[in-house]
Amino acid sequence: MATTTSPPRGPGGPEPEPPAPAPEPPAPAPGRDTPPEKSHHLSSPLLLTLVLLTAVMFQGPVRGALAAPVMQSWMTVFVAVVVQALPFLVLGVLLSAAIAVFVPPSFFARALPKRPALAVPVAGAAGAVLPGCECASVPVAGALVRRGVAPAAALAFLLSAPAINPIVLTATAVAFPGNPEMVLARFVASLLVACAMGWLWQRLGRTDWLRPPSRSSYEGQSRGAAFWGSVRHDVMHAGGFLVVGAMAAATLKAVVPAEWLRAAADHPVLSVLVLAVLAVLLSICSEADAFVAASLTQFSLTARLAFLVVGPMIDLKLFAMQAGTFGRSFALRFAPTTFVLAVAVSVLTGAVLL
Amino acid sequence: MRTRLNGQAQAALLFLLGATVLHAGLTDLHLRYVKAGLRPLLLLSGVVLIATAAATVWYEWRRPPHPGESHREPRVAWLLAVPLFALILVAPPALGSYSATHTGTALQKPLGFPELPARGPLRLGVGEYAARAVYDNGRHLRDRPIRITGFLAMSGSDDPYLVRMGLNCCAADAQPVKIALTGELPPVLRPDTWLEVTGTYTPRRTRDPVNDGPVPYFEVTRAEPVPAPRDPYDAAWDG
Repeated sequence: MATTTSPPRGPGGPEPEPPAPAPEPPAPAPGRDTPPEKSHHLSSPLLLTLVLLTAVMFQGPVRGALAAPVMQSWMTVFVAVVVQALPFLVLGVLLSAAIAVFVPPSFFARALPKRPALAVPVAGAAGAVLPGCECASVPVAGALVRRGVAPAAALAFLLSAPAINPIVLTATAVAFPGNPEMVLARFVASLLVACAMGWLWQRLGRTDWLRPPSRSSYEGQSRGAAFWGSVRHDVMHAGGFLVVGAMAAATLKAVVPAEWLRAAADHPVLSVLVLAVLAVLLSICSEADAFVAASLTQFSLTARLAFLVVGPMIDLKLFAMQAGTFGRSFALRFAPTTFVLAVAVSVLTGAVLL
Repeated sequence: MRTRLNGQAQAALLFLLGATVLHAGLTDLHLRYVKAGLRPLLLLSGVVLIATAAATVWYEWRRPPHPGESHREPRVAWLLAVPLFALILVAPPALGSYSATHTGTALQKPLGFPELPARGPLRLGVGEYAARAVYDNGRHLRDRPIRITGFLAMSGSDDPYLVRMGLNCCAADAQPVKIALTGELPPVLRPDTWLEVTGTYTPRRTRDPVNDGPVPYFEVTRAEPVPAPRDPYDAAWDG
């Protein structure tokens, strides 16, 4: 596999330093460690090889430790979340690389209305054409911001796309055969929250909360190099955070007892809050959450609507991915606001439509 | 750990991840975690990941990054190795009796009941038998031998359950449908054993202790251990 012979300026490379490399451009590359440490830490290919070999050597004891039923079901759920989300992540990453490399910024300037207040609902409604779950929408929204789309519009797209696309709405209709109004309620509530969050960002949001595009620009590279560079960057980045979210979701699935849910279902206010929090914790993909909501028969329709509106907009996996793409200070403000707004709009929509 | 991934380590990780996904997609391994319908997308994403690894190596070889230019990724990318190990080394089994006893039965009233042959032995899925027994009052099930396949789950002092898990999307949302067994059962019952039970309909019912859902009974006359099916989840249970 990987050897350490050729990485340019690699940590183990035979370079005659330590003094800091003088010709380093003023903008320091984000991934670089400080030079004096170079001489005594492992290069990453070597470390990867060592980790892989160690894991193979100790697979017997590892398997033994994982034989307990709780651990096994944790592993199965964890692997299932990753295997289910990975293809959609890869599709989203391909689309976002295509946007970043092949679509000129002027296209979005023409396609979206000039005034951000109008661009928000247009972008929100455009979310209906991205057929995928929320793992695909985060990298695409990131690419839109980098392409100069107003952040308010890109955020409206980020929130609406996983909830109102045709696949998800069809799944909702199939899961609630006796309540077709559920589909309409989900569509209306999700679009309302997405637009409201877009407008809210436009009024109150500050650009310094958003992390500036961290990736090096692709100027001066061939289109192929830029495209594959973008795919590689996004898979490594969003994939890492997907793993974090999948671990959290598997842990909660293994830990939260089902009896608690029964106790909460009888209380009208508590039941809405419990299902909203559950949507955040479970991190189910938006194409499947309707079926899970349908099986929670002890809860009211409004509580289940809150589950369906909150889930695609904010959950553990999404929070980790948003923090990775847009920065932590953004995610810490954006996620709670989205949660509160989504619960409020679900209750209102439920009162009117259900 | 201060080490970040450089281009080569990323290419190696991407390649391994792609190869693992391809392996899971080409064998029956993926059926333990997701529905069979995801297979084309899985294969496609495996190919894309491998192509990305190849492109990373190719462009680094053709045009080594200038000083100051960085292809390094944050440490969180290391975590991609975790699902890799989980799939290659452990390959966790499909959800079994542990999840089944901790999750309430997901039996729901179906839209309709397709016609069954009027007489003779029947082969039914766990979900199909349970739905007909509970919501159709066992109309076509009476007085005929029925054969059902599922795995065993024990719930404390009650009768054992014959269970089949159903998937909507992936194993994270798997839900069981349970049938309580009575009659002539083997003396030793081990959870997670796959059984083919032959027997008859009985109107007796009980409630799932987890979510109070309806659980019909089944009167067993013969029980035979069988190998686990190719797709451990109930395929007929599509929404």
